[in-house]
Amino acid sequence: MRRRLARASLWLWVLGVLFFLFAPIATIVLFGFDRSNVETWPIQHWTLSWYSVAWHDPQVRAAFALSLKAAFAATILSLVLGSMAAFGVHRARFFGRDSISLLLILPLALPGIITGVALNSAFQWAGIQLSIWTIIVGHTTFCIVVIYNNVIARLRRTSNTLLEASADLGATAVQTFRFVTLPTIATALVSGALLAFALSFDEVIVTTFTAGAQNTLPIWIFGAIRLGQQLPEVNVVVTMVVVLMFIPILIAARLTGSENFAPRVAATQPK
Amino acid sequence: MGDQSAIDIRGVAKSFATTTVLHDINLEIRDGEFFTMLGPSGSGKTTLLRMVAGFETPDAGTIKLHGDDVTQRPAHLRPVNTVFQDYALFPHMDVVTNVEYGLRVSGVKRDARRRRANEALAMVRLEGFGERRPAQLSGGQRQRVALARAIVNEPSVLLLDEPLGALDLKLRQEMQTELKAIQRRIGITFLYVTHDQEEAMAMSDRIAIMNKGVIEQIGSPKEVYELPATAFVASFIGTSNVIERDGRSQSLRPERLIILTASEAAPVGSHAEPGAVTDVVYLGMVTRVFVHLDSGDDLVAVQTNDGSSIASTVANPGDRVQVAWRPADAFDLDTALV
Repeated sequence: MRRRLARASLWLWVLGVLFFLFAPIATIVLFGFDRSNVETWPIQHWTLSWYSVAWHDPQVRAAFALSLKAAFAATILSLVLGSMAAFGVHRARFFGRDSISLLLILPLALPGIITGVALNSAFQWAGIQLSIWTIIVGHTTFCIVVIYNNVIARLRRTSNTLLEASADLGATAVQTFRFVTLPTIATALVSGALLAFALSFDEVIVTTFTAGAQNTLPIWIFGAIRLGQQLPEVNVVVTMVVVLMFIPILIAARLTGSENFAPRVAATQPK
Repeated sequence: MGDQSAIDIRGVAKSFATTTVLHDINLEIRDGEFFTMLGPSGSGKTTLLRMVAGFETPDAGTIKLHGDDVTQRPAHLRPVNTVFQDYALFPHMDVVTNVEYGLRVSGVKRDARRRRANEALAMVRLEGFGERRPAQLSGGQRQRVALARAIVNEPSVLLLDEPLGALDLKLRQEMQTELKAIQRRIGITFLYVTHDQEEAMAMSDRIAIMNKGVIEQIGSPKEVYELPATAFVASFIGTSNVIERDGRSQSLRPERLIILTASEAAPVGSHAEPGAVTDVVYLGMVTRVFVHLDSGDDLVAVQTNDGSSIASTVANPGDRVQVAWRPADAFDLDTALV
């Protein structure tokens, strides 16, 4: 009896936390179907028309396209830089290696406003015009971290003898990379890329300091809320972003969580 | 090539940071030989094997494979293959893809390498396992895949780094017999590293006993057991009693000692010393009798429980006994190396 009570209250607690986390998002989704411009509960008239409005809004379209471009570019740049940094730090033994590892992770912990302000004044000082490229550079600073962390964690879990075995069997360094290293880190790269993409896509603070006249989608949302003229349309856009972001995050979670994909040294335990 | 040695190691030395792991190693391994490097952990045996494989470079000396100096050659260009202790099977490839890896990277056509990989799998009795993943195999099966993956390349020398270490006793003994049979069948040189002296004795043509970065003795299993050159060899191979007589170290094998009652006459031509039994351990086929000699030495004698020795079956701790041996069974150890 007491155990059942304990279990029930535990469930209640979990539901409470989930409600706390997701009720605001649910509200936004719900009000996206409200015909009224003013949000009042209960909803009087249900409608899908705001979806049509958002879909045909050229500002939304432009912002969405810019966000996608910036996220793609930042992800690809981070894939290259982050995995190379991971290889370097993992492979080499040099003085200050741990400090470099910390410095690489720091941008994720650093408040976005600091990264934003720093980048902004650096661009000004260097005389670089704010554009999509400065957004990409800004996003890459924290996207690198996700890739770096994912790849180095995988490399640390991978037995070094796999690389030795490959060389022993006659493979050149390039062949070893292609046939052993790359497949081993592939899922880490994919899940890192998806997370980086999601991070970049919904970033606001760094973007405000690195974007020029153009709006990314989160910036457009931010501006529209402040103006308060198009709240139902904002709700619809946010709903679409939530749905879109769910997919890569789910895939990423599956890839890193599933032991079927994680390479293990399948040896040490005797039969 | 003729009677050229398969592996010729001359004056090889290696240090890591401040510790010297190998001192001036000289070793010649004959073509087609099953050669074992035996020693405790830290003796340098694995480092030496890794140098032959190309994973380490010696600080001094040369390594030749069939007369070809490979000292500075990278691992992927050496005609040797290794069976690793943790097997190092590629987890993302199925068994047959693992086995054909060496052929694939050297450009053998798909059909030919599939056929040869399947032949190698048949040799290690794993037909039909080609499509499984390493994670789906038992430890013994993984070990066989690792072996097949190495021999499919027809290396001039096969290196084995404690390949049976992770297996249980019964499987280990089966694999010992099988490894030896495979080595005879394909006729290539095996360089085997182990810390298990029984394993070394069971399979090897010759054994090098290593300790603290030097080779203490090289010889056939019979030679190193019956004529140990140093006190280390005598104690590492089987159990042995090392005693000092007339200022010389001598080795006495436990099974060559005879336990007599205090009043019994020693067999003609043997030497007997009095002492007291300190412990008796009955092990079924044999009984171990520990004796503290009046001269101060402690000895262990192994008596076969075949009914021939009365003393060992009735001995109790505290009993007065005599320990007898033939002078020919006491070997002088090379004290210079101790």
